[in-house]
Amino acid sequence: MDALTIEKAVAAPVDEPLRASVIDLSFHYGEKQALFDVNFPIHDRKVTALIGPSGCGKSTLLRAFNRMHDLYPGNRYQGEVILYPEQINIVSPAVDPMLVRLKIGMVFQKPNPFPKSIYENVAAGLWVRGIRKKSLVDDRVEFALTQAALWDEVKDRMRSSAYGLSGGQQQRLCIARALAPAPEMLLLDEPTSALDPIATARIEELIMELAPTVKIMIVTHNMQQAARISNYTAFMHLGRMVEFDVTTNIFTSPKERKTQDYITGRFG
Amino acid sequence: MSNEHTRIEGETIDERLLVKRANRQDLRFAVIGLCVLIVAMVALLALIADFMLDGVPRINFDFFVNYPSRKPEQAGILSAWVGSTLVMLTTAALAVPIGVAAGVYLEEYARKNWITDIIEINVTNLAGVPSIIYGLLALGLFVQTLRLGQTILVAGLTLALLILPIIIVTTREALRSIPLEIREAAFGLGADRWQAVWMYLLPAARPGILTGTIVGMSRAIGETAPIITIGALTFIAFLPPAPIQLEFPFVNFQWLNSPFTVMPIQMFNWISRPQVGFHVAAAATGVILLAMTLLMNGLAIYIRYRIRRGMK
Ligand SMILES: Nc1ncnc2c1ncn2[C@@H]1O[C@H](COP(=O)(O)OP(=O)(O)O)[C@@H](O)[C@H]1O
Ligand SMILES: [Mg+2]
Repeated sequence: MDALTIEKAVAAPVDEPLRASVIDLSFHYGEKQALFDVNFPIHDRKVTALIGPSGCGKSTLLRAFNRMHDLYPGNRYQGEVILYPEQINIVSPAVDPMLVRLKIGMVFQKPNPFPKSIYENVAAGLWVRGIRKKSLVDDRVEFALTQAALWDEVKDRMRSSAYGLSGGQQQRLCIARALAPAPEMLLLDEPTSALDPIATARIEELIMELAPTVKIMIVTHNMQQAARISNYTAFMHLGRMVEFDVTTNIFTSPKERKTQDYITGRFG
Repeated sequence: MSNEHTRIEGETIDERLLVKRANRQDLRFAVIGLCVLIVAMVALLALIADFMLDGVPRINFDFFVNYPSRKPEQAGILSAWVGSTLVMLTTAALAVPIGVAAGVYLEEYARKNWITDIIEINVTNLAGVPSIIYGLLALGLFVQTLRLGQTILVAGLTLALLILPIIIVTTREALRSIPLEIREAAFGLGADRWQAVWMYLLPAARPGILTGTIVGMSRAIGETAPIITIGALTFIAFLPPAPIQLEFPFVNFQWLNSPFTVMPIQMFNWISRPQVGFHVAAAATGVILLAMTLLMNGLAIYIRYRIRRGMK
C-alpha cells in the first residue's frame, strides 16, 4: 500500500494527537531484509495492534521501537521512527539506545524472568533507574504485581525463585517487571501466547485499563485479540505494511484484498 | 529524548542523567581494561620477542631433518618433533573418547547421589594435581608393574591420564549449558537417552568439548616432568618405525613400542649444555613448540567456525 492510501486511512480520526510516526522504515538482519518501507502512525493513549501471519515481521518491527536489534552486530535500520512532540528519530544511531529503553517497557514473547527472586525481578527496573528507597520500591512492586493480576498468587513467596512459577505466571511477572517503573510507552510481543484463557482475559483487561495512562502501546497479537482490545490495527505481510486503520474498519471493511483474505481465514 | 522527567510517586527520574552517567562509567571501565590488557600483552610479547630473536635465525630446513648432534651447528629436532607428534596422537586417541564418554556418563546417565558428588569433586581436583605425580604413577604402574617400557605408548597413556580430568570437566560443562529447551524437545519426541545424547546433545556441546580438548592437548604438548619421570631418553638418533607401510595391512603399530624423545625434553637437554650454540637451538625449539601449540588452537578455532556455520 502506498503512502497516499495510508494518509487517507489515517485521515479519518485526526483529532487525536500523534505520538509517533514510522516513516519508510526498513530493517535488515545482516543480509536478510525483514522490513520493507513500513509507514504508519501511532496515536496518543490508544492501543495499536500489529497482526499478520507468523514470520511477517511483527516482532522485528516492535523490537525496532526500543532498539533491541542494536544488541546484535550486522543489523541495520533505515528510515525513521519519529517521536512527538520532541521530533526525535529513535532509530537514529545518534540517539543512545539506553535512553530509548528507559522510556519504553518491553514484554517479550517468551517469558524471560531473571534467575532471581520474584521481588528482585519486579524491582529490577527501579534499581536500574537508581531508585533504592525500600518503601517506594516495595510499593511499586506490589502495585505492578497487582496490575499484572499476579499479586494474590505470589504475595506469600516474594523471596522465592521466579523459576518456580508456571509459564503463565512467569509472563505476568515479566509484565509486572515492565510496569514497575511506570513506562510512558509499552511494547508487548504476543504477551498472552503462553497464558491460559483466564490469565489471557486478565491481561487483555489490563491492556485496556493501561491504555489511557500509557502514551504509546503497541501489541502484536492474534486476530481475535486485536479485534477485542485495540483501537488501531496494522496488518503486515512479508515484511510490508499492507493496511493500517481503525480496528473496526480493518475487521469490517478492509480496503485491501490481502487483509480481507487474512481476517476471513483464507490464509495465515 | 523528552526533557520532562518521569515521576514515580514523587521520585523524579532524569533519564538523560542516567544515560550520561552510564556512558561515563563505560568509558572509565574501557580505559582501565585497555591499560590492563596492554600491560599484560607487552610483558608477554617482550618474552616471546626475546626468544624469537634468539631462535628464529637458527630455524632452517636442516633443523627439522637432522638428529641431535654433539656439534651444536649440526643439531636438529627430527626425533623430537616426530616424537611429540606421535605422543600427541596417542594421547588424543586415548583421552578424547574416554574423557567424553566419562563426561556424558556422569552428566546424562549417572544417578545424582553422594557417590557421583564425590566422583565429581575428585575429578575436578585431579585437574590440579602436579604433573610429576602422574609421572610417578606412570613409572610405577606402566613401566615397572606392567613392564611396558619407556615407550611412546606409555607417554601417551601418562599424558592422557593427565588431561582426562580437563576433558571430563569441560564435556560436563558443555552438556550442562545446553538450553533446557533442546533437551526437552529431544525427549519430548520420544527419543531415548542414547538418541538424545548422540543426535542432539553431543552436537550442541561440540564446540565446548573441542575447546576442552585443545586446552588439554596444549597442556600435554608442553609437559616435561612426567615424561622425564617415566624415563624418556634425551638423545635419540633414530625414528620410530613408520606407522604406514606398503605391504598388507598397510598400518603398523610398532611405533607405539619405540623409545622416543619430545620437544620440551630436547629443549631441556640443550639448555643444560654449556655451549651457546645449544642454547640457540633450544630457543629455536621453543619457537617451534609455540608454533605447534598455535597451530592446534588455530585448527580448533577453524573447526568451531565450521560447526557454527553448519548449524545456521
Ligand atoms: N535474528 C534473525 N536473523 C535473521 N532473520 C530473522 C531473525 N529474526 C527473525 N528473522 C526473520 O525475519 C522475519 C520476520 O520475523 P519476525 O519479526 O519474528 O516475525 P513475526 O513476529 O511476525 O512472527 C522472518 O522471515 C524471520 O525469519
Ligand atoms: Mg513474533
